[in-house]
Parts: sequence; C-alpha cells; structure tokens
Amino acid sequence: METKEPKEKKEKVPRQKMPEQDPQKRVSNFEEVPLGYSEETAITEAKRCIQCKKPGCISGCPVDVKIPEFIQQIAEGNFIEAARTLKETNSLPAVCGRVCPQEDQCEKQCVLGKKGESVAIGRLERFAADYERSTGNVTVPPKVKANGKKIAIAGAGPAGLTIAGDLVKLGYDVTIFEALHKAGGVLVYGIPEFRLPKAIVEAEVEYLRKMGVKIETNFVIGRTKTIDELFAEGYNAVFIGVGAGAPVFMNIPGENLSGIYSANEYLTRSNLMKAYLFPEYDTPIVRGKRVAVVGGGNVAMDSVRTALRLGAEKAMIIYRRTEVEMPARKEEVHHAREEGVDFLMLTNPVEYIGNDAGWVTGVKCIKMELGEPDASGRRSPVPIKGSEFVIDVDTVVVAVGTMANPIVPATTPGLETNKRGYIITKDESGLTSRAGIYAGGDIVTGSATVILAMGAGRKAANAIHEYLFKK
Amino acid sequence: MDSLFLYNCRRETLNRIIEKKDLSENVVQMVLEAPVIAQKRKAGQFIILKIDEKGERIPLTIVDSDAQAGTITIIFQVVGKTTAVMAKMKAGDTIQDIQGPLGNPTEIENYGRVVCIGGGVGVGVVYPLTAALKKAGNEVISIIGSRTKDLLILEKEMGAISDRLIVATDDGSYGFHGFVSQVLQEMIDKGEKIDRVFAIGPVPMMKVISDVTRPHGIKTIVSLNSIMVDATGMCGACRVAVAGKTKFACVDGPEFDGHEVDFKLLADRLKMYCDQERQAYEQHKCGCDGN
Repeated sequence: METKEPKEKKEKVPRQKMPEQDPQKRVSNFEEVPLGYSEETAITEAKRCIQCKKPGCISGCPVDVKIPEFIQQIAEGNFIEAARTLKETNSLPAVCGRVCPQEDQCEKQCVLGKKGESVAIGRLERFAADYERSTGNVTVPPKVKANGKKIAIAGAGPAGLTIAGDLVKLGYDVTIFEALHKAGGVLVYGIPEFRLPKAIVEAEVEYLRKMGVKIETNFVIGRTKTIDELFAEGYNAVFIGVGAGAPVFMNIPGENLSGIYSANEYLTRSNLMKAYLFPEYDTPIVRGKRVAVVGGGNVAMDSVRTALRLGAEKAMIIYRRTEVEMPARKEEVHHAREEGVDFLMLTNPVEYIGNDAGWVTGVKCIKMELGEPDASGRRSPVPIKGSEFVIDVDTVVVAVGTMANPIVPATTPGLETNKRGYIITKDESGLTSRAGIYAGGDIVTGSATVILAMGAGRKAANAIHEYLFKK
Repeated sequence: MDSLFLYNCRRETLNRIIEKKDLSENVVQMVLEAPVIAQKRKAGQFIILKIDEKGERIPLTIVDSDAQAGTITIIFQVVGKTTAVMAKMKAGDTIQDIQGPLGNPTEIENYGRVVCIGGGVGVGVVYPLTAALKKAGNEVISIIGSRTKDLLILEKEMGAISDRLIVATDDGSYGFHGFVSQVLQEMIDKGEKIDRVFAIGPVPMMKVISDVTRPHGIKTIVSLNSIMVDATGMCGACRVAVAGKTKFACVDGPEFDGHEVDFKLLADRLKMYCDQERQAYEQHKCGCDGN
C-alpha cells in the first residue's frame, strides 16, 4: 500500500512480501501460515512484471501457464480473468500457487531475478485463484460434445486430476478411481492444513466434478478391479498416477517400536484423518513431547511442524548431511526454524532404544562428515567412528523418502517396471510397455513435486488423445 | 458443511446396512451392500470401513459374501467408540466408506487334514477360510472357543462346514473346559494326523497355538489384526516382524506363518493408542448417557 504507482522505474519496487501468521501463535494452530496478498499488494506486485517479449517464466513451468498474461490481468484489476487464464492450462492454480517450488521453476527464469528479485509469480497465482474461489465467481467451461471414448484414471492425485481435467475438456468420459475415501492424493493425505488448506483441494476437485469428471473413491485399482477388468468393461485407455506411496524405513534395530511412525502414517493421520482434532475426530495420533524427525525434505519439514502443533516441547530434524544439501524448500526450512525446530545436521540414526512396553525412548545417532560427491552431485555423508550418542525421544517420524507401491504393477501383466519398482515409460508421453496404458507422476519418476506430476498428466492427456483419434 | 456433504454423497453405491444381528452380548453381525467387493472377494480378505465424516478407518474381515445379492457379511466386537456407534446402527442406515477387498486371500489347497481354530470374535474371521478349505476337499476339524458360553459365535455355521467341531469355553460353561490350544494339544498328543493348522483369535491365543505346533513341525497360519490406516501399503502402521523381517500386514498378509511371527511386537504395537481409545470411548459413553 505504501508503494503506489512508481511510474517510470517499475523495477525499483521491491518484491512484495506476503503477510504471515506470527510464529509464536501459529505453532499452536493448524491454520495456514502465509495469509495471501491483498488486492492492492497483488496489483503492485503484478506491475513489477515487465511483460517480456520472450518470457522465460513460461518455459520454466511444467504446464506452460500463460504467466505474463495472467499477471497483466491482475495488474489491470481483472482478477477473475486472471484466474480463468490460469485455469486454461492449470486445473489446480490455488494448489500450485502454494506448493510449487517456484524458485526453481518460473521465478528462476524471471528476468528481474537476474539483477534483483523475481516477480512473485507463485503468490500472484495464489491470489488470483483464491480471489475467484472466495468471490464464488467460479464458472465451469461449457460441456463439449462427448467423443464416445472412456478413460480410466488410477489415482486422484495431482497427475490424475490434471489429466482428468484435460481429457474431459476434449469430450472424453473420464472416471478417476481413488483408493482412499477422499480425492486429492498427496494434497489431502500428505501436505498439512497449515501449508495447503483442505477446503482448497476440495474446491478444486469439485470444479473437476462440475466439468463432468467422475470420481470413484474407495476403489483400489489392482484389488477392487484390475486394469484388465477395466479394459474389459469398455475403457479405451488407462492412466496410472498412483504415486510413490510406500514408505521407506532405514532397517535399523528398533525401528518397529511403538511411537515410531513413517512420515506417510504420521501425516495421513493428521491431515487426511484429522487426528489433530481427536477426539472430535475418531483417529488418534501420538502427541509426543520430544519428537525426532529423520530426513531433510519437505515431508520432514511438514512432519516436524506438525509435531510442534500437536504439542511437542522439543521437535527436531535429524539429517545426515548439512543444511546446504537439504532437499526441502528454503521457505519451509525458514518457517520451521522460526517456529522453534532444532536442526541436528551431520547426524544419522543407527538404532532405536525402547522400554519394556516396547515404546521408543531414545535414538542412538552417529556423527557424520561430508566426503566425496555421490551420483547426485551431493557430497556423501560418512560416519565418524566412535561418535555415537543417544537423544531422548518419545516419538520418531521417519521421513527418508518413499518408494513405488507394487499393487498396480503386480496385478497388471506385461506392465514393465524398473528395478526399483517404478513404471517404465517409453518417452515423455507416458506410454508404458502396454498399448493403451499410460503412467505419470511419482510412480514413474519416484518422489518429485506436485507440478511435475501435473506436467506428466498434461503430456499423457495429449498422447492419449493422439492414440485414440489417430490410430 | 453443505459442499462437504455433497462432496461425500456423490458415490455410486450407498453402502447400506441390509441386515443386522446381535451374535452375543457385544458381538454384532452385519450384512452390507457392497456389490463390487461381493463379486471380487476371496476367503481371508478384508475391508476398511469408515462410518462417517469424522470416523476412523477400521479393518474388518469379510466373513461371507453373496455375489448375486451384492452383499458382504462382517462381524465385529464392540471394543471402542467406532464399534459402539456401529452396534447402534440399524438396517437401512448407511456406512459412508467401504474399501476393498484388501489383503492377500488365504492360500487354499487340499492339504489333507486341517484344523481350523477360532477364538472369540476370531471365529468370524476363521469361518470364511474354513468354508473354502472344506470346499477344496480338506478334511476339516474345527475348534472354536470363547470365554463363556454366551459369547460363543457361529457354532451352527462352523458345524455345517466342518467334519468335526469341538467347542471349548474358558470357564467350562459349555463344551471342553479350557482353552482351544489345550484341545489341539490333546489331539497332537493322541497322535492325530494334522497337515496344517489355521488359528485366528486374540494374540495370546495365536501365540500359544503356534508354540503348540512348532515342536511337531505342523505348519500354522495365523491372521494378524494389527492397526491399519490406509491398508494399501502406504503408511506402515500395521508393520509386523516375520522371520526377523518387517512386513506390512495389509499387503504382505494378513496371514503369516505363526512360527515366524514376533507376537510380543504385535501385542505391544496394538497397545499404542490404548489411552486415547479409552478416552474416546468414555467420552462417547458419557455423551450417550447424558442424552
């Protein structure tokens, strides 16, 4: 508000900050941390965009959002139009505006970022999508004529929701089969309320339903029905977007003690089942006082911040490398630090210690040092002999990654997977070793981001359209 | 709440309760509308159900099914809030979510002479695989037990699919006075030929049965009732140790070789939420009394 209309030299206006809930206050609630732009701030920020002739930002976006166009519309105060521009290429803008790693994608390519600070594209995307939703001014595109082809999609996560939106717009009869009782995949079970309010996911899913996408929840592809049974029922093509849902444990002694969770379980209890509202909601969760979260990714940050909100007096991250190598977004690390999380770097658990009742009481760790760079280019951690020490804990969350869930490949003859269990695709189209079956998202790439899964869904939609109408 | 309501209502099946019957003081049998699951399910598999928006996801074995009618049968014991609420539901009510069939089916073959053992509400779980084993040509001897006569379930049904049925009660109020494991021990001591044992019930019962058969090398299959959330291999809540390796009961089981199961770990992990479950149940009961 204080920065109004600096006419000639737009680049002098600083990147607009987004207000946030105070750290002291937010650690005791599950409400969203960043509060979003006001209309004035959004316009000020949008006006920083210099509308490049050859916008680098679009090339940095996996779903090719028309970034300068929607930003221009915000700058002109046409917020609803901005939201519609976003939705032309991105069915989940309110989600992406919150959880995309823009700093590595669109904003990384922004010309302003070369000398100063890039345009806050993510915050503007969030603003436009929120504006549309909060004003209730959501219009559904007119239904297109049915083209007579049926598509089955396994998994209602980011990849599945994207391909469903794309194909329904082309006239396909689209059904998403979701294993859990609620659509959204990692958006509902994985990402906490304080980072992505579930009402937003529900609204975006509802939008797809209004467009004509059918969603069958409680339907486990491979168990309830197999992919071949769906083909037999008349589906013309199938897309597999089931994610990398299986938790990885470290296989160290004591890992099955009570009080030790996989991040998947801890977050699913809290997010999907709303265990943080127990006993109003029926699903319980351990409210640990001393909680250790093992890992350095976004999931680890989500877990440790959840632990604080569940009442932990001490919540810590245990990570085997240093903060520089941590895969989590800087923003998440920053938020976690602000909220009082302890970071134990160059530390790795080697054993869990329990009491007679089988409950975890301590984690024995070893100090690490960085050695030679490994295949990922990061310096690999090496244990320092004799440096073991024990940290007292009553709860542990293991957040060291996920792997492929074998249910779909195991029940689909001829579907090839690599040695880690991920589905092999022929090229970017997502075509698998079987005709008519496409795959995308984490079940192909291993754990990645929401937007990359969405990009894969987009490409597979195009490929399926080509397959069914050009063969 | 309106949009949330709509969000959850648009499903193809209604998951209605078709029939409800009390089998004993706190054991209830329900026939549920679940046409796809009814067609697909095999002995040994289970469902996850969630009664309403705020409910938890609980695993229950599919006791029986009728593909024609599109129904499945479940049996549960009132042990906490969710099951207490379910016990008060009536025919015509609906269950919000039913997911399945889950888990690996029982490996059914003609083994020869099998002994199927059920304890307490576990009789309901052992029933479907006993029926399947009988159908596969096995000679089936069943041993079912409960604390006392009034808590015994499915005696008639088990009798109908067994070549021989032995009943045991802990207090001797009916049948053999003692545990089902003692009945099995006596059979072994008498030198009866047993090719395989299936034992399903409380953890201590399954542990003792496994201990009884181990020295005689009789393969013993148990079904593990560990705590689950998603039940599709995603969360690891249900992890158990079998032959020293971590397994997920939901996707690697629920049936395992009883001689290889770490029953102490299973029992400990089952107690993880005891305090909270009790708190929820007490609050629920207080709420009911207040009304």
